[in-house]
Amino acid sequence: MNHYLIKNVRIFDPENHLDQVGDLRISDGVIAEIGQNLNANSKETQIDGQDKILFPGFVDLHTHLREPGFEYKESIATGTQAAAAGGFTTICCMANTEPVNDNAAITRYILEKAQAAAAIEVWPIGAITQGLAGEKLAEIGEMKSAGCVGISDDGMTVMNSELMRMGMDYAKGFEIPVITHSIDANLSRNGSMHEGQVSCELGLKGVPAEAEDIIVARDIYLSQLTGCHLHVAHVSTAGSVELIRQAKQKGLVVTGEAAPHHFTLTDEACREYATHAKMCPPLRSEEHRQAVIAGLSDGTLDVIATDHAPHATIDKEIEFDKAAFGITGLETAFALSYALVLEKKLSLADLLKKLTVNPLKVLAKKYMGIQKSAPANLALVDLNKQWKYQVSESFSKSRNSPFDGWDLQGQVLMTWYQGKRVFDRE
Amino acid sequence: MAFDFPHILSMSNLSREAMEFIFETTDRFREIAGRPIKKVPALRGKTVINLFFENSTRTRTSFEIAGKRLSADVINISKSASSASKGESLVDTAKNLEAMSPDILVVRHGSAGAPLLLSKMLKARIINAGDGAHEHPTQALLDLLTIRDHKKNIAGLHVAIVGDIAHSRVARSNMIALRTFGAKVTVVGPKSLIPQEIKSFGVGVSYDLAKCIDQFDVIMMLRIQNERLGLTPFPSLREYSNFYGLNLNLLKCAKPDVVIMHPGPVNRGVEVAPEVADAPYSLILDQVKNGVAVRMALLYLLGGGENL
Amino acid sequence: MKKSRQILNEQELQALLQKLAAEISETEKTQGPFHLVGIHRRGVILAKRLLSLLEGPKRKLGSLDINLYRDDFAQSSTMPVLRETKIDFPVEKSRILLIDDVLFTGRTIRSALNAMMDLGRPQKVDLLVLVDRGGRELPIQADLVGLKLEVSDTENVAVRLKEIDKEEGVWLLGGNT
Repeated sequence: MNHYLIKNVRIFDPENHLDQVGDLRISDGVIAEIGQNLNANSKETQIDGQDKILFPGFVDLHTHLREPGFEYKESIATGTQAAAAGGFTTICCMANTEPVNDNAAITRYILEKAQAAAAIEVWPIGAITQGLAGEKLAEIGEMKSAGCVGISDDGMTVMNSELMRMGMDYAKGFEIPVITHSIDANLSRNGSMHEGQVSCELGLKGVPAEAEDIIVARDIYLSQLTGCHLHVAHVSTAGSVELIRQAKQKGLVVTGEAAPHHFTLTDEACREYATHAKMCPPLRSEEHRQAVIAGLSDGTLDVIATDHAPHATIDKEIEFDKAAFGITGLETAFALSYALVLEKKLSLADLLKKLTVNPLKVLAKKYMGIQKSAPANLALVDLNKQWKYQVSESFSKSRNSPFDGWDLQGQVLMTWYQGKRVFDRE
Repeated sequence: MAFDFPHILSMSNLSREAMEFIFETTDRFREIAGRPIKKVPALRGKTVINLFFENSTRTRTSFEIAGKRLSADVINISKSASSASKGESLVDTAKNLEAMSPDILVVRHGSAGAPLLLSKMLKARIINAGDGAHEHPTQALLDLLTIRDHKKNIAGLHVAIVGDIAHSRVARSNMIALRTFGAKVTVVGPKSLIPQEIKSFGVGVSYDLAKCIDQFDVIMMLRIQNERLGLTPFPSLREYSNFYGLNLNLLKCAKPDVVIMHPGPVNRGVEVAPEVADAPYSLILDQVKNGVAVRMALLYLLGGGENL
Repeated sequence: MKKSRQILNEQELQALLQKLAAEISETEKTQGPFHLVGIHRRGVILAKRLLSLLEGPKRKLGSLDINLYRDDFAQSSTMPVLRETKIDFPVEKSRILLIDDVLFTGRTIRSALNAMMDLGRPQKVDLLVLVDRGGRELPIQADLVGLKLEVSDTENVAVRLKEIDKEEGVWLLGGNT
């Protein structure tokens, strides 16, 4: 059944110099043919691509799959299915599972589970320090050999600068990027939202923007010291956008990423103690949101990544200051990002780059995209489709999205992974 | 006016008109406190649960007396008595209580927003008796009433709120209420205890009590809450008291008709010198007295009708 | 449209009050003076007016709000507005004339008696009403009655006083023509 002919579709992959209306044939897991007026053979499923657009499948650098350890929030099967519904064909899963992915055995476990249950490609990210405790380096070399594509203590910051320097030096030797979650643990202690007018009015302890800036600045200096590739995850402040901009001007190997919620929402969403607006780093004020958008526009921020962080109701339907950080994001990422194109902050080509080419560059992986004989990893999208996101219909096990009931434009209709149709909205 | 607020969660929901109405109703209940039989049958058959996740003697007792004077059945549940100490979630605790059909839940909780959360999940009426560093609406109402008893008009008064503004729910509720009535408000304290954004409440800020004390008609002292502070944002209680404590010497510079307030319990010798706390211009006990009447008024106003 | 028929005009109402004042004086001759306590809202106004019509011994005036003693809280969705209960004399051992505008089911008077008892133990309480319209649900009767009317359940008696209403007099509202 894995033979498809997509007819009259706008095939869009500027990296491969493609932006044309035509037909694309999928066969035996690969893109078999790109052309005009192709005829379907008897075993092919023909798909009408009229007024639709075909993208290379998206890559998410930042997903929490929760398996092993927190299967009540998400599993590799459900998380990757949600990713497929969002047009993703590759996702990188963060190390903060239970047990933590801080050794090759866990890495192999995740990859084996993914082999059996995942709808799409899963690339694990290993921990920088054992147990994410910030005390002792994890076995980074062995994790890389087992299949980890990057290392990160995501969710925690390695507060000991000496240890961080060691980690970056060590990672550089193994040519693996270090992805950082940047929040000064002391400055943000007990904080549950952005420090500003809203936190002041709500009586909630805030996390000042500077808690992020300080660590980003430190890690940029450590990147300069060690030569290690620093990828700053989920940038939320004007200060860190500026720091990354300057680092790039200096020619340092520093890249940055933004999450859709940080360029879509502000701390105003936390009013009424809405725990679905509680995340780390927190939703910031409007000026920070605009700075993140500006960072995406001028290329300072290379990547859009979801920080898909599923949580069960017992973690979210509770007191704000006790609620878990994070929201689901795989299914809404494309439409929320496409809003930047509609607002003329990004070109469609730039948006696609931040969802495909650039994340692969961060991981030093080869980009194939849409070309003959490449694996058929594709997303069929209707850019004009107006739709309402209903979290009750999510493929994720969790329901913690602040975008429930939102009106969005741009909808992923189908996703293929290695020639297999892994998502079909019909 | 018809008082149709289902819950009392924040002063920001209450208009000046609504507050005036509460005060008017409170006046009726003040009369009852002077009677030989301090009890009326208004809430006979209604159940009020005082759900206190944080320790409190004054506020809990005040609500308890208020409920009992209205003939409601008042049940007190403290953190140690509730299953919260056994790891039950707030919502589960509340849902279990609701299965017993209370009419009004008076909630004190260490987390800002907890009463709002309960109001969204339960049928009972909710009164916020203090939530984290967010609000303490009944305290603000009794404070305003006390000021009005002594100063007639609140509009035009200059009120100082002195102390740990950052962590004070009393400060937040009072800032909102006083501004609604047209008072001028200045918050005073060490800069490390006053968030920058406090100005969005429409208040002035000073870090030097001695310098501005002559401007105030009313001085509200806040309790230094050692239990709520993490790292202490000031070096010692002694130094705090030297700069932000109210003593007779400092009061010499104040207006002759200034009045002093404190939500209690007072750390004597820290925020307020003992001679000041007991002086005739100290309204601390008037506040307590008005507390019962205000809470009677609120229980009465929320207690009407069937469960909605 | 509800039918409305005027029963007493301003002058007739005034005459009725004169008559009631005379009856109070008459009663007092044998029993001694009363303190006058009006039930909010119109009973308070009537008590004030009656006091001004009376001569002789010094009588005190009081007002009573019965809302905290009502037996129908559960039916109303919001609580009634409370008015001032003000009785400046010791209720204990006093002789009280309770005053209201219309006597109907008797429930208001029941509440008023309870409210009064919480303030002290009077020696005697008498009841004066401007209009007794019948329809009692409790065993309560007035001692002094200005006007007795037989009114059906579908009708209402309205006393309007110029202190709080636009007009003055007694009206019969609703019912069949």
